Amino acid sequence: MTDSDNHGNAALAESPVAGIDQSVGDFKYDVKYDFDAGTGLSERTLHYISEAKQEAPWIREFRLNALKTFLAKPLPTHWASRDLENINFDKIRYYLAQGQKPKRTWDEVPADIKKTFERLGIPEQERKFLAGVEAQFDSEAAYSNIKEAVSKQGVIFLNSSEALKTHPEIFRKWFGKVIPTSDNKFSALNSAVFSGGSFIYVPPGVKVSHPLQAYFRINAENFGQFERTLIIVDEGSEVTYMEGCTAPKFSTSTLHSAVVELVALKGAKIQYITVQNWAPNVFNLVTKRGLAHEEAEIKWIDCNIGSRLTIKYPGVVLRGRKARGEVISIALANDGQHQDTGAKMVHAADETTSTIVSKSISVGQGRATYRGLVHIPRHLKGCKNNTECDALLINTNSRTDTYPAITVRGQDHAAQHEASVSKVSEEMIFYMQSRGLTEAQAMSLAVNGFVNDLVRQFPMEYSVELKRLIDLEMEGSVG
Amino acid sequence: MSQLVIQDLHVAIGDKPVVKGVSLTINQGEVHAIMGPNGTGKSTLAKAIAGHPDYTVTAGEVRLDDRPLLEMEPDERARAGLFLAFQYPSEIPGVTIANFLRAALQARLGESAELDATGYYKKLYEKMDLLKIDRKFTSRAVNEGFSGGEKKRCEILQMALLEPRFALMDETDSGLDIDALRIVADGVNKLRSSALGILLITHYQRLLNYIVPDYVHVMYDGRLVRSGGKDLALELEARGYGWLKKELAHA
Repeated sequence: MTDSDNHGNAALAESPVAGIDQSVGDFKYDVKYDFDAGTGLSERTLHYISEAKQEAPWIREFRLNALKTFLAKPLPTHWASRDLENINFDKIRYYLAQGQKPKRTWDEVPADIKKTFERLGIPEQERKFLAGVEAQFDSEAAYSNIKEAVSKQGVIFLNSSEALKTHPEIFRKWFGKVIPTSDNKFSALNSAVFSGGSFIYVPPGVKVSHPLQAYFRINAENFGQFERTLIIVDEGSEVTYMEGCTAPKFSTSTLHSAVVELVALKGAKIQYITVQNWAPNVFNLVTKRGLAHEEAEIKWIDCNIGSRLTIKYPGVVLRGRKARGEVISIALANDGQHQDTGAKMVHAADETTSTIVSKSISVGQGRATYRGLVHIPRHLKGCKNNTECDALLINTNSRTDTYPAITVRGQDHAAQHEASVSKVSEEMIFYMQSRGLTEAQAMSLAVNGFVNDLVRQFPMEYSVELKRLIDLEMEGSVG
Repeated sequence: MSQLVIQDLHVAIGDKPVVKGVSLTINQGEVHAIMGPNGTGKSTLAKAIAGHPDYTVTAGEVRLDDRPLLEMEPDERARAGLFLAFQYPSEIPGVTIANFLRAALQARLGESAELDATGYYKKLYEKMDLLKIDRKFTSRAVNEGFSGGEKKRCEILQMALLEPRFALMDETDSGLDIDALRIVADGVNKLRSSALGILLITHYQRLLNYIVPDYVHVMYDGRLVRSGGKDLALELEARGYGWLKKELAHA
């Protein structure tokens, strides 16, 4: 919007994963929408979406039921931030699209949308290190493609809207099974108006060597993005999925409310990496959960930077013996932002293991909240949980809260919980300054050091970018 | 040739005056030692010159050549060629020595230029070889879990790489056993050159057996009360600080 194209290209050239730098995401090109469900939410909205997508009747029913659930459920303000009350559901546009069918080549993507993704560096990343890419623009994917070598292995990677049509048998079997419509108010909202998101199916014994990536771009003002992602990894298979998100900075608020369901069948491994960098006007209310069968492993790497309010606790239901779940989460709350993040681990079989490592950084008046739920019931044997949450406060008025809820019943389990709150001390900053680093550079380095052990677990392309982003966020934090 | 000029410097901690008028000129290539009993303002002098926020300069000035240091931020002073070796260096969890020093050198280049990584490591390893420091050392987080001796060697390594024109060494010998002291002193001696002026702050004479100063100053109650050659240190060693107190009380 304000940045010149030159700036965008320069950033693009040095950044393998663009869209993480907030100034890079803060631009908007005018786009003409052929499909617009209008403002506000009613049954008519759902009929409009269903007709635009030419959906099967069961999906329309699913949506209509979900709307009832959404309307019946109160906002969870008895525990969550009252800022939720500032979302005006009647002022939001629930479906905006140019069309429903994503293009398979960038050349076919309409120019006005294509230049957005080019500026964010998506086609370039695809060439460099990805096995497949889906690029969603507001409600629908503009582009979706998988490398031939990967699709030949039988891997399906499609936009959810498409997959519902082409693979209803797999989709319907798992859809809404990990996260039921009624899980919470926002999962119900998503179930009513969902559009876009990714569908992945990896057949047995296939290890996808490169990551699949989705990029979620909000372009329109007063808009809500409600993608729905479903990933099923069959026995003994492995996949890494990465998602990035940006939106331009509007004066009004934007809503992003996704539902992500993962299913790891026996011995499968899923790694799901999120680097979100929403503009500070975005309400980001996301439900993410995975179901791990016997000896399967689900790992969420969740990095939350930006947004006005994020509420998100990636979870794993450990349903099979020896299943493993892991959540690694980094949250950075700057002035005016509230990152309410954490993890849920539900042990439902013997010898299951879960690990939660959460690090949050509060800058200025930013607020970071950790909420963790670990549940190990009485009838199980040999379960383990290790929870570690560390908070770093940058300024004296920064705030952090920790709400761990760990229920371990029965014998023969091991649960460990460690929490720490630290502050960047004046002494440490002076020490770094006395070596020639500016105060802001010193702050950045302290913060990068704090999250360093977690960032190392990110793929290289993301960790470099994450460091750059932290530097940018810290620049405004002093003096 | 550069000069570090301290002129009638007064420093307070809160409302309490600690340094009460210190004047001293250090030329590049010279080693000055400041000795004195505990609590006489030696460390305060060093930290105030480096710009520690807890210390208030109430009068006087410090110039590095023609640049007024006291008007500069601590990091600007460092980039101008000043270095403070800390008595108690801070830990920086998660940041390796190699990355820390790289950031410090990058800060000297500004935003437009990118530090040459190959050249950087070449130089880092040269300095480590010079100081006989194991290569593995720089992959450890800065001062985290270091012994007293390791912390001081880390300071000397930083000094070697950042190549200041003037180094203030604050109680570099404190907390070191004799072996560690010798290693650290060897390091400092290797860095001695016509391009480096050193202000060595110490409580004990023993450091000066290893790092032989050109000038020795005695600090007492916030002032430099005696100045002389390296023999002055030996005199202090022989007679203790007690006679000074008496003499000054009579004066």
